Amino acid sequence: MLEALQLPFMQRALLAGLLVGGLASYLGVMVVQRRLSFLGDGLAHAAFAGVALGLLLQQEPLWVAIPFAVGVSLLITWVREKSSLGDDTAIGIFFAVSVALGVLFMSLRQGFAPDAVAYLFGSILTVTPTDLGVMGLIALGVVLLAPLWRYWAYATFDRELALADRQPVMLHDYLLSALIALVVVASVKVVGIVLIAAFVVIPAATARLLSQTFAAMTLLAVLMSTLSVLPGLAAAYLLDVPAGSAIVLTQALLFALALLRR
Amino acid sequence: MAAPAVEFEDYSVHFGEFQALQEVSLQVPEGAYVAIVGPNGAGKSTLLKALLGLERGAMRDGPIRTSGRIRVFGCPPQEVPPGWVGYVPQVKGFDRSFPALAIEVVVSGLRQHWPFWIGREERRQAAEALEKVGALHLSNRRLGRLSGGELQRVYLARSLIRRPRLLLLDEPATGVDVVGETDLYRHLEAYRAESGATILMITHDWEAAQHHASAVLVLNRRVVGYGPPAKVLCHECLSQAFGHVGHAHQMLLGGVEVG
Repeated sequence: MLEALQLPFMQRALLAGLLVGGLASYLGVMVVQRRLSFLGDGLAHAAFAGVALGLLLQQEPLWVAIPFAVGVSLLITWVREKSSLGDDTAIGIFFAVSVALGVLFMSLRQGFAPDAVAYLFGSILTVTPTDLGVMGLIALGVVLLAPLWRYWAYATFDRELALADRQPVMLHDYLLSALIALVVVASVKVVGIVLIAAFVVIPAATARLLSQTFAAMTLLAVLMSTLSVLPGLAAAYLLDVPAGSAIVLTQALLFALALLRR
Repeated sequence: MAAPAVEFEDYSVHFGEFQALQEVSLQVPEGAYVAIVGPNGAGKSTLLKALLGLERGAMRDGPIRTSGRIRVFGCPPQEVPPGWVGYVPQVKGFDRSFPALAIEVVVSGLRQHWPFWIGREERRQAAEALEKVGALHLSNRRLGRLSGGELQRVYLARSLIRRPRLLLLDEPATGVDVVGETDLYRHLEAYRAESGATILMITHDWEAAQHHASAVLVLNRRVVGYGPPAKVLCHECLSQAFGHVGHAHQMLLGGVEVG
């Protein structure tokens, strides 16, 4: 495995996995604690529709998927804010519409689309320097917005108290949704539309089982996620299995261990 | 004459077609302790939340229309300086699975955001606030494992840590045992005596209103009565608000038997 890490594509795969894992789990603690675990799935399928549209328009799929998924995330947030529908219902509606649109766009495209299938399951071993650059930019954005953690955490704890303290809770809700959409889109090429939700949910859920404070939960989620990347990549390299699946199964193993520990 | 701590002038709230508050007009002088009583759905919590500027932000279902005027220390609620108003909600909006220690909740009241890390001075201030409400031993307890009464103490400590000039309490005795309830009112009176703060407290306990409050507001979407407990907690006022004053419920209010 150490020899394999000398190879540039493996180094990119490791870096991509760490970035995806870190970003998804950092935002995932907010998602999980706000009981929006379905949101990762919903936005992943919005990314699917965006990718399909990009392929149909013969554009770079991610550049179409980004505004598409961000738009859907803002719409989901708007519906949650303005209506009495449950969060899962709002997400479910856009999930279904996104899948329908994705299938429609795929059907309008001439011929078989193997590249579309690659987005479904991801291909961490074919991450390009450009992909890493995009992920790096998003990671930089998330890091620059790190001071907002305290406000997001506050609203996650008790929305009414945050509103009473004059926090711009709704603005932060939209910002958080948009960031999650960005991370999801940036991650689909790496781990796939089918599995990205796992990166958002499982490390955060594991961390919650082991944490006394929300700060600890945040740090532990990021640690759990990044710790699962190397074993996952190793399994992919040594056993010739899909890397995304291997990483998610490693995350699931950590979750099971945390559950048994309680 | 000093400006009132709280002032409502023909204040009305509509949630869609439903009128939650109807032309409420009243003034609460600084240092007063007002108990707010009324039946369920009378708009008591809405009134309190209006003082926090919350009615617009908290409601997700249907349009909200407000009319009239509210002033808190002479300002619109949204312009009151941070820390001037402390609030203990009736329904604690947090998920019990949220990993939090009691001390973090108290510090969040000090900082008005969630603490990633708590410094020594803040820890000392939080401990002091918890000690004043008899909850120092709860400092490092997991919030989700506290009883209703313990939670109320923690939230009270949170609301008092910045020494607010106005304290808004929505049924603070809910879930609190008899001894705890006595302690609660003792803490409130001690705080008011020490700081001169104004207290508005929603309660279903008419006896508590009679014994502790300097004024009572009887509310049923509109002001039914407002004034000293002996004057307002009368059969006529309460019947108007509640429709009746309970069956087989004997209570002595200023020597007048009701029931």
